[in-house]
Amino acid sequence: MPIDKFISLRSACVPLPVENVDTDQIIPARFLKATTRDGFGDNLFRDWRYDKQNQPVADFILNDPKYSGRILVGGKNFGSGSSREHAAWAIHDFGFKVVVSSFFADIFKNNALNNGLLPVQVSEKFLAALFSAIGKNPATEVEVDLETQTITLLETGDSESFDINPYKKKCLINGYDDIDYLLSIKDKIEAFETGREN
Amino acid sequence: MGNTLFDKVWDSHVVTQIEGGPSVVYIDRHLIHEVTSPQAFAGIGHRGIQVFRPENTVATPDHNVPTLNQHLPIQDQLSAMQVKTLAQNTEKYGITHYGLGHPYQGVVHVVGPELGLTQPGMTIVCGDSHTSTHGAFGSVAFGIGTSEVEMVLASQCIMQPKPKKMRITVDGELQKGVQAKDIILYIISKISTSGGTGYFVEFAGSAIRNLTMEGRMTVCNMSIEMGARGGHIAPDDVTFEYIKGREFAPKGKDWEKKLAYWKTLKSDDDAVFDLELKYEASDIEPMITYGTNPGMGIGITGSIPRVESVDESTKATYLKSLKYMGFEAGTPMVGKEVNYVFVGSCTNGRIEDLRAFTQFVKGKKKAENVVAWIVPGSRQVEKQAKEEGLDKLLEEAGFELRQPGCSACLAMNDDKVPEGLYSVSTTNRNFEGRQGPGSRTMLASPITAAAAAVTGKVTDPRDLMY
Ligand code: SF4
Repeated sequence: MPIDKFISLRSACVPLPVENVDTDQIIPARFLKATTRDGFGDNLFRDWRYDKQNQPVADFILNDPKYSGRILVGGKNFGSGSSREHAAWAIHDFGFKVVVSSFFADIFKNNALNNGLLPVQVSEKFLAALFSAIGKNPATEVEVDLETQTITLLETGDSESFDINPYKKKCLINGYDDIDYLLSIKDKIEAFETGREN
Repeated sequence: MGNTLFDKVWDSHVVTQIEGGPSVVYIDRHLIHEVTSPQAFAGIGHRGIQVFRPENTVATPDHNVPTLNQHLPIQDQLSAMQVKTLAQNTEKYGITHYGLGHPYQGVVHVVGPELGLTQPGMTIVCGDSHTSTHGAFGSVAFGIGTSEVEMVLASQCIMQPKPKKMRITVDGELQKGVQAKDIILYIISKISTSGGTGYFVEFAGSAIRNLTMEGRMTVCNMSIEMGARGGHIAPDDVTFEYIKGREFAPKGKDWEKKLAYWKTLKSDDDAVFDLELKYEASDIEPMITYGTNPGMGIGITGSIPRVESVDESTKATYLKSLKYMGFEAGTPMVGKEVNYVFVGSCTNGRIEDLRAFTQFVKGKKKAENVVAWIVPGSRQVEKQAKEEGLDKLLEEAGFELRQPGCSACLAMNDDKVPEGLYSVSTTNRNFEGRQGPGSRTMLASPITAAAAAVTGKVTDPRDLMY
């Protein structure tokens, strides 16, 4: 499946200043029982978002009408835990296009990139500035430009560049998918198989 | 400059290197289960292509399955649907499938090694983070997402940048009552749940070498909990001995050839790692976690860190964890209430774990206030436990041996720890709600779990050993 193209985005942010947000919080295991990729957004952060009676928890950020936007800003070590791609699907399905944190777990980062969700890793300092700006003004806008690999806090003009693997960048900008590429090098894969010693 | 074990295995599987991008890595073994594969098969169907090398993939349902009455239809409709979908997909694409009731069914990471599917020098992936378990054999094994499962089905390859390399050396003798699980909980408590991010870890040193294959699997299993891509151990005679004669192990001439190759699989003396860490085995106590990530572990005789001693940057996480766990800072772990004990999972659900637990509870009685789930990691483990009479010994002590699956490790089936109650669990994750909404998990070794099961509270297993 081709992924969404991503070039740049200007949006308000949803702040989640919690460290080590693990994949079990992003999407609890009991909601992994679907056989399709759709609809996981409904259960994004389920156990933080809803109480035992399935009533929305008023002060959880996703239930707070003050916050909106397509950029999720999380604390350090975001996405640790399971390899479940459902975590990336849930965030993407909910409507986010970018997740910002000062540190991402490896598998989560990969999964996000494979689904057109851009993980933007910033410095601790920039992250703190972001949280503080959003805290003061929930409508604070941020611009993420993939072409120039920069993230900018529009209010103050504070800006930082972020890293992304050049290949993954090309895939996102063009909406390419790894499987199309792998299928196109089948000859090479077959040659590898026949040439192996061990 | 020499090569590390990781370099040797990884480099020999690179089909092509994309400039400025990931390597295309050939995969020898692909394991799949019911939860992370359906969307990948749907993708294959959508593209109208076939599975490229169906013989290199093996499937078994584990995450969702009940651990009682497995011969009956699964009650939960959605779980039943996933299990059925796995059977249909594997049938359609000609993939080996050990379904419910099959003598080889079980948790994927228990099944692979016991069938000899897991071998040194292989690249092994599965849509499950604890694929790192297979690294115990000197393979490069790691968890992948569903998009990558689809890549493997389509091309037998994945695309990943080569990780950095770390070596963790643990030398010396373990204290009495300290198990493999304690080694890895200790390491994670030292380097945190993100300390290994970006690295592939080689475990080395005499304390690691002296472990059995099963102990080595426990260590490698949890390398993902320090954020590492995976972890492995150079194969040696213990490894070869374990593999020999298993169902899918090489036989005859083939065995000789493989063995000669496997013996070359170790880091060269002059190999350079990006990071080296060293620990003393004798410093390790039986460990237990008090918080909501696997890095929040302490020696069982210790107390939960005081608020003042916690680093400013992690204070918020720490306070949130204690609140969730209902624990007070500075209090000792020993003596804390326990309501559930779970023995099982790909971390500690193998025969040696059941033996250690049974040996410990033999002649004692399960505490009244404890509900215990003893869940073998696979059908083969279950069978062997019965052959050895472990089920009888367990029964005499008031325990019941259930049927194999992931069970309360992630509580996708009916085995859920109720809200607010405490579980001592031999699994790998103590995240909020991991064992059921609101459940409170303390991770520990099988014998620490056994000590809790017979006393009804957190107990230093050494106090009950003689
Ligand atoms: S036993 Fe637990 S950790 Fe292992 S594969 Fe099953 S759910 Fe994952």
